[in-house]
Amino acid sequence: MDFNLSEEQRLLKESVDGLLTDVYAFDQRKKYLKEKGGWSRVVWSRFAQQGLLGLPFAEADGGFGGGGVETMILMEAFGRALVVEPYLATVVIGGGFLRHGGSNVQKAAHLPGIIDGSKTFGFAQLEKNSRYDLNDVTTFAKKSGDGWVIDGEKFVVLNGENADTLIVTVRTKGAQRDSSGIAVLLVPADARGISKKSYLTQDGLHAADVSFTSVEVARAAAIGDPENALPLVERVADDARAALCAEAVGLMDESLKATVDYMKTRKQFGVPIGSFQSLQHRAADMFVVLEQARSMSMYATMAADIDNAAERAKAVAAAKVQIGRSGKFIGQQSIQLHGGIGMTMAAKIGHYFKRLTMIEHTFGDADYHLRRVSETGVLA
Amino acid sequence: MDLVFTEKEQAFRHQVRQFLRDNVSPQVQRKMIEGRHVSKEEMVTWWRILNKKGWNVSPWPKEYGGTGWSSVQHYIFREELQMYPAPTPLAFGVGMVGPVIYTFGNEAQKQYYLPRIANVDDWWCQGFSEPGAGSDLASLTTKAERRGDKWIINGQKTWTTLAQHADMIFCLCRTDSSAKKQMGISFIVFCLDSKGVTVRPIQTIDGGHEVNEVFFDDVEVSYENLIGEENKGWDYAKFLLGNERTGIARVGVSKERIRRIRELAATFESGGRPMIEDPMFREKLAISEIELKALELTQLRIVADEGKYGKGKSNPASSMLKIKGSQSQQTATELLMEMIGPFAAPYNEHPDSPDEAMDWIVQMAPSYFNNRKVSIYGGSDEIQRNIIAKAVLGL
Repeated sequence: MDFNLSEEQRLLKESVDGLLTDVYAFDQRKKYLKEKGGWSRVVWSRFAQQGLLGLPFAEADGGFGGGGVETMILMEAFGRALVVEPYLATVVIGGGFLRHGGSNVQKAAHLPGIIDGSKTFGFAQLEKNSRYDLNDVTTFAKKSGDGWVIDGEKFVVLNGENADTLIVTVRTKGAQRDSSGIAVLLVPADARGISKKSYLTQDGLHAADVSFTSVEVARAAAIGDPENALPLVERVADDARAALCAEAVGLMDESLKATVDYMKTRKQFGVPIGSFQSLQHRAADMFVVLEQARSMSMYATMAADIDNAAERAKAVAAAKVQIGRSGKFIGQQSIQLHGGIGMTMAAKIGHYFKRLTMIEHTFGDADYHLRRVSETGVLA
Repeated sequence: MDLVFTEKEQAFRHQVRQFLRDNVSPQVQRKMIEGRHVSKEEMVTWWRILNKKGWNVSPWPKEYGGTGWSSVQHYIFREELQMYPAPTPLAFGVGMVGPVIYTFGNEAQKQYYLPRIANVDDWWCQGFSEPGAGSDLASLTTKAERRGDKWIINGQKTWTTLAQHADMIFCLCRTDSSAKKQMGISFIVFCLDSKGVTVRPIQTIDGGHEVNEVFFDDVEVSYENLIGEENKGWDYAKFLLGNERTGIARVGVSKERIRRIRELAATFESGGRPMIEDPMFREKLAISEIELKALELTQLRIVADEGKYGKGKSNPASSMLKIKGSQSQQTATELLMEMIGPFAAPYNEHPDSPDEAMDWIVQMAPSYFNNRKVSIYGGSDEIQRNIIAKAVLGL
């Protein structure tokens, strides 16, 4: 049992925190949001220079051999600074598919671009009726001669507008909710037959709904087994959930700090509002659920590396439940304790709340994962 | 970072578990599983077995009979006892008065009391709360007046747990009424069979007799029974309560209860199927398991950090362990209640009688009622929130 960071991990944390202090003040972030696609190429290349974009990849693939803990450190820092660059979509998810399932040829084709910051990814998974079920896929890929022909529609593809490559879950066999018969395809975002509708998301990110009309890709576009890729999708989704848990902890931690600071300075009835016991107790409750969430983020981080799929899924699901519940409480109460100021777009606190809320709506909310945990029983 | 126990820690866990298998009476284990009354004799017998092994005062410094274990080992030991389950060492002696004596007591007091605490030659109880001094403990009025080489003690303590078994009491007494309320308090220990001591039972809502009122009417106590310095009792009390806090989450107790809920829910039927297949019940159970897992890891994080706060100082974040630990214990008893449904009703008028024939179900409602206490004693949930707000958040 050891909760300490290694020396290297501590240095990583310091350097990420340092970088974000330099380039990610709230006012700087506002500028990035207005850039093309809603994020900063300059910041992204700083991430590349510091090796953050190559962090989780094997040294043999040009990466730095980092594990879950390194990603956790990064995502927590990103949460604190409200980073909008497409790290989750590109490195955690896009890179995750290549790490866990990619062939050597696919890795050689795609990892260098991720690592040097020249290419970004989007994950086209959500469908009209799939909600949070990863097995619910109707977008169809038909074998045709030497490749696949894709038809269907995907929604809320994060970074979908800017991504160079889309990773698309498709059905190659069977019925809508079958676990087998699912493939994962690498699709160039400019392939013929793709059309995109882009929009801003609630938390300031950019996403797109993407439709595929007879989009042709090569046979070799499939990552892993084209008839049985669901386990790979689940594995990467668990990585993404663990990363989101860590990001949420960063968001919650900052929300509580900002709220406590506000309670110390905001005066009403001639005294700081933090002197009122009912508000103190609320803040104490926020602290309690934050620490519970922090523990479960660590739990998810360690669990994401478990190879036994059932054990891994259960532990990550449990963490996502805790994060969802804690995040909702801290997010809502941060606004409440800030009062009117918390309602304004100009104050930072509301942006934490919005990002926390969107995390709850990504890769399964608390109720969804609670059902999963309750169906599979005892936590290890 | 690694959230699994090391091989050495695992081996230690197995060693403890094996010792429990070899030494805990099956009758005591069954009584604990079913929430029945464990008698004084049964507890003392067990603690003496632990003491013979050198484990009854495990957290104490080695020179006073402790084990020198790591904080993780202490955690494992306690959790194994709670999960087996077997009675954990008597908190009032081992966790409370013992550390005060070896930290602030004189040589004679250490030599006399510490071995007796270790072997449970004396059963200790705690004289802190008073009718007018609950959360506001420092407003206590029980008075100790110096008369020659004696203290004359007058006043009343209450909520005195298991005073009916006790030989000794450690008492906070006012020794200087002119000082500010925290400053004039002293820490005095004495025999409960001293002349002028009256112990009266309080029946709690579960029907049981766990706590008592203790009255002092001109009780004469030797001056030497003062621990540490006169009028410094409040500092010792704070030290004692800080010591108490790390073990207070009682994660092992909740783990054992949840294990039992799962076991029983596989057989108890509702709507023609086992309770465990009822989605609502199952989800409530799942959420309590998740909360408990989070609490367990939080506890271990705080345990791992213990060294940072110095001797006798506890991490103020440990207040959250008390809050969440209470919640876990209460939720588990609530779920047990929910499971037995209409069979919660029958009441046993003699809950302390060792009636073996009595169905264990009859203990479930009393256990639920009784467990409401855990968010009240040892610093209520609200006091813990005050501590977090002030000491952690700086409000």
